[in-house]
Amino acid sequence: MKGEPHIIVEDLTLGYDSTVILHDVTFTVNKGDIFIIMGASGSGKSSILRSMVGLLPPIKGEVLYEGLSLWSATPEEQKSTMQRFGVLYQSSALWSSLTLSENVALPLQLYTDVGEDVIKEVVSLKLGLVGLAGFEDYYPSEISGGMKKRAGLARAMALDPDILFFDEPSAGLDPVSAHLLDELIITLRNSLGATIVVVTHELASILAIGNNSVFLDPVSKTIIAAGNPRKLLEESKDPRVIDFLTRGKGVQER
Amino acid sequence: MTINKPELNLLRLPDATLVVRLSGVWKLSRHLPDREEFQHQMKSAGPVSRIVFDTQALTGWDSGLITFLKYIIEAGSELDVPLQKDGLPQGAQEILALASAVPEKQGVRREATQASFLEKAGGAVIALWRSQLGILGFIGEVFFALVRLAAGKAQFRSSDLLLTLQECGAQALPIVSLVNLLVGLILAFIGAIQLRLFGAQIYVASLVGIGMTRALAAIVTGVIMAGRTGAAFAAQLGTMQVNEEIDALRTLGVSPIEFLVLPRMLALAIMMPLLSLYADLMGMLGGMIIGVTMLNLNLMEYYQKTCESVRLNDVCVGVFSAAVFGLLVALAGCLRGMQSGRSAAAVGEATTSAVVTSIVSIVVAMAVITALCDLLNI
Repeated sequence: MKGEPHIIVEDLTLGYDSTVILHDVTFTVNKGDIFIIMGASGSGKSSILRSMVGLLPPIKGEVLYEGLSLWSATPEEQKSTMQRFGVLYQSSALWSSLTLSENVALPLQLYTDVGEDVIKEVVSLKLGLVGLAGFEDYYPSEISGGMKKRAGLARAMALDPDILFFDEPSAGLDPVSAHLLDELIITLRNSLGATIVVVTHELASILAIGNNSVFLDPVSKTIIAAGNPRKLLEESKDPRVIDFLTRGKGVQER
Repeated sequence: MTINKPELNLLRLPDATLVVRLSGVWKLSRHLPDREEFQHQMKSAGPVSRIVFDTQALTGWDSGLITFLKYIIEAGSELDVPLQKDGLPQGAQEILALASAVPEKQGVRREATQASFLEKAGGAVIALWRSQLGILGFIGEVFFALVRLAAGKAQFRSSDLLLTLQECGAQALPIVSLVNLLVGLILAFIGAIQLRLFGAQIYVASLVGIGMTRALAAIVTGVIMAGRTGAAFAAQLGTMQVNEEIDALRTLGVSPIEFLVLPRMLALAIMMPLLSLYADLMGMLGGMIIGVTMLNLNLMEYYQKTCESVRLNDVCVGVFSAAVFGLLVALAGCLRGMQSGRSAAAVGEATTSAVVTSIVSIVVAMAVITALCDLLNI
């Protein structure tokens, strides 16, 4: 049901070796949310995402998917939880030795029993959804950055996940492509009912698509504000949040 | 063009004001007046109460002027002399303000520390321990992946295996042929010179036959594959690490060890014994060329002497060694690739380290195998 808690991040503390990047981060992502994790560069946005998708083990804390723990689960349970979400990486992370259609097909080949002809149809559908029909046999090195992002999205959607993660989706895209990607994200949420978590510092995207958010601060190393980003822009009293959401112009400009 | 020569003149007014007069083109590419000259002129001017600038005759400037001005400002503040910047060009004033707008962050500057010998030695031991743990962990993961493969549960694409088989098998044939042919040739040549002294030329066939089949073909092919394929494995996996491709596999719930390392290990472990058998033939062919052309041996004679002296045991030891080398080269290449950092330099280091690790482990393994064979009388 829409509005129910989908992902709960509980008391998460992250770091590398002995350096703590973030401490005591707690938030809830509800079903159907477009949830934004924002903050200045170096505030640990991407680290939270890496921890939520099972790449960075936390120092303490837990990530729960509909009550199922990610980090205290057995490897098998962790694997089945990880199949419930798709991730679009900042660099797209397409497998460079595979064509676009093979990239999208791989998750299907690994985790479904459907035949090759059905897989082929699903792959064409997904590539069509992101506007890449006809590029099935291209290798990632042969297409532009924006197309790679979209192909990465098609791959992330391959198994029809109910959660999609986006790491800096508009990084390296021109304004028009970035806007189209934002619209695609909204369409996906509305039509598939997916829960979407976006890590970004792109102001236009944050205000255009987000309906819930957390704001991370690199100095205090934790969440300093949370809520709908448009409401934060109007109502926040924290100068760090206001500066961020107004591109440093301050209270009078919002 | 003396008119544009950058010049510095200090003038002390009767009210103890120091006028710093800058003229000409103050650019880095010009020969700028050095700081000692400023100090020298400053000393000879006597005590001053404030510093002002006169840049009427300044016709051009770049960072060269700004660094010089920063030096003067610092010198002024050290002597506690007030300084008026309004005589400077507007742009230079703005750049100076910008350069000092954000004060240096405390605690970020890297101090040049001289570590003591004990500290260095300790650090090296800890690093060595960690790297051994990393290697053991990797071997453990590979072992579990092999168990899953045996149970038919390992996830990888058979097309990847076929492609790697082709890359490290058929495509390696030309270089394996050339190098092993020449090694056989060299071995026969050196042997011939000595053996001819005793009229025992025919034993060149035995020397080359046993030498190649028992050890040389496997070692030479192993080293070739370390440089050719082991390095490629490390570079491929390292680049995949940089491009987040390995992360993408992990979040799909796929073990990169099964998906990427297993097919490469299998391919090399299958292909190395075959390549080494082929290398045996090439080496013996090289020996035969020397035997027939230089030593005037009969072709059949050479062939028969070879058949007589090479035992099946020799061939088996060679093939077994080659399989071990194949595993070691693939393991080293994949290990270094998976451990690679996320930068271009790190991929380069991973590749180098893969080749070094492969070659060292080949030689050590050969020593162990030889000792064991001696012990077991094989």
